[in-house]
Amino acid sequence: MKWLRPWFQSALLAVGSIVFLFPLWWMVVVSLETPKRAGAAMTGQGGIALWPTDPQWGNYSEALAEMGSVPWVGFINALANSIVVTTLVVIGTVLSSSLVGFAFARLRWRGRGVLFTLMLATMMLPGQVTLIPLFLLFRGLGWIDTILPLAVPAFFGNAFFIFMYRQFILQIPESLVEAAKVDGHGWLGIWWTVILPLCRPVTAICAVFTFIGTWNDFMGPLVYLHAEEQSTLAVALNSFRNQYGGLDDVHLLMAASLVTMLPCILLFIAAQRQFVEGLARGAVKG
Amino acid sequence: MAEVILKSVGKLYPGGVRAVHDVDLHVRHGEFVVLVGPSGCGKSTTLRMVAGLEEISEGTISIGGRVVNDIAPSDRDIAMVFQNYALYPHMTVGQNMAFGLERRRRHGSVVRSLLSPSYAAERRSEGARIQARVDEAAGLLGLQPLLHRMPRELSGGQRQRVAVGRAIVRDPAVFLFDEPLSNLDAKLRGEMRTELRVLHRRLGATMMYVTHDQEEAMGLADRIVVMKDGLVQQVGAPTELYDQPVNRFVAGFIGTPTMNFVDGTVERDGGGVALRWAGGRIPLPHCTALATTRAAIGIRPDTLVPTADGAFRGTVQSIEFLGDRADALIESHGVRLNARVPTNIARSLREGESIALGMPAVAHVFDGDGFRAV
Repeated sequence: MKWLRPWFQSALLAVGSIVFLFPLWWMVVVSLETPKRAGAAMTGQGGIALWPTDPQWGNYSEALAEMGSVPWVGFINALANSIVVTTLVVIGTVLSSSLVGFAFARLRWRGRGVLFTLMLATMMLPGQVTLIPLFLLFRGLGWIDTILPLAVPAFFGNAFFIFMYRQFILQIPESLVEAAKVDGHGWLGIWWTVILPLCRPVTAICAVFTFIGTWNDFMGPLVYLHAEEQSTLAVALNSFRNQYGGLDDVHLLMAASLVTMLPCILLFIAAQRQFVEGLARGAVKG
Repeated sequence: MAEVILKSVGKLYPGGVRAVHDVDLHVRHGEFVVLVGPSGCGKSTTLRMVAGLEEISEGTISIGGRVVNDIAPSDRDIAMVFQNYALYPHMTVGQNMAFGLERRRRHGSVVRSLLSPSYAAERRSEGARIQARVDEAAGLLGLQPLLHRMPRELSGGQRQRVAVGRAIVRDPAVFLFDEPLSNLDAKLRGEMRTELRVLHRRLGATMMYVTHDQEEAMGLADRIVVMKDGLVQQVGAPTELYDQPVNRFVAGFIGTPTMNFVDGTVERDGGGVALRWAGGRIPLPHCTALATTRAAIGIRPDTLVPTADGAFRGTVQSIEFLGDRADALIESHGVRLNARVPTNIARSLREGESIALGMPAVAHVFDGDGFRAV
């Protein structure tokens, strides 16, 4: 019966993969359909083939051109905004979380344990609870309709990533830190030249998760950025809904959504090795 | 002059644990001093205080005539080699070796280099000097073919050599070694020991070295500092410690196999002194001043020789052949005695057989408090 085990495992994984990949494939198929067939599929008046019989490649350029009120400008603006916000948030989260994680892992200071517990406790708060107080705070600072409410908080660390960095840094031998001290580095120098390069697997996880989370974030930009030229891709996708909240051009929405998702998928593939290594290491030693 | 002077140095950890008591030590310029002792004796803590990696709770440490208690490790003019090598895994061998010097070179100078061509030229020549220092150290240790490799691609011995190379490049006043050979196998350890000794002679540098291996200490040191429970027990040349240990601990710690101790009570009659033990009476002609009621005789294993009418009669428990010599374990009236005998004699011994060992001409006598009497 032993020979059955690998077959069974492979079959189970194949079924799991199909379940997870089906929605994505369905998006691809719908994005290549004619408006009539896609609309019929959405309203349940017609089926969709699992393989597009007459792929409409032009749907993609049409979708991007129609995003926003001015052809192409809406998409380019949204793309630029998404890139700027996401880049700032990823840089901010990686730098601040690794720095704070390093301080929790290696520096001895009074109140460290209490503050660490307090920081972990903030993970229990749902985002919706802090939404209104934060909005009021940022309004008071005059930051509404700027990207500051989206980017600045990232430079103050993220509790989950701080925890991950701390656990990872605890595994780095103390003697490396001591060697760097003897070599003339202060704490900041040690963090930058020794710790951060060694935290590559955690940084990959932190960067990929933060990128995906920020790139796809709908609520933040919707609340803090009101002008159309400020909207990010996730918000701009909403322009495919009609005034009643319905979907007239579902094939275009799917095409635009796929284009929007593309950077996330490419980034994940690029960082996959580091990402999996980091997760595995966290699972064993964390 | 790169002297290291420790005056009444102590280390008290939060919670009241005292790791080091009142250490006084003067390491002379160019001297190779080894701190040795069992785990937890405070030898590494002492070295780390010299390095600046541990705060000094009491006393003062000076390096090259300058008190360094409040000076950062990097400004103490020291270099340290760690037990686990502590090579930066993300840097090549060359980068690891140059790291300390690069740090000094880089300090806030990139912008200035862009603004001032003369400063940029100076920086470039500094870079060339660093490279020359790395090449020189690599040449000394045979590391040149490895300069572009990553630490993970090296064997344990090569990593250790890189760690030493990194220290040499800095050209420090004092080299500090914290059990640098303990992760290597026995053969490599022996080879590295010889290399370190040669290196010390070649560089003429002051070196402080920590190990728990007394054999390593004996092989490397100009002087050995034996520590126990945070206290210095004895400081002296290897031969001095071997021939004249100040107490029973040092006598037992220095030398392989360890010294044999025969405990007993002190008997006095007609001005003579003798030790009464389970196997009889051993006269102690030079110990008339012995003041305690109990005492012990310490005998080096290599001085015990089988004789027909020896003072120690017992049974051979085991024989370990070591090539040109053998270690025999003999039980005599409940006392276990190690004897190191030439192989030709050991061949005639059989496990379980009776044997008699003669009292050697040279032995050590320790009083009831463990201090050396004679």
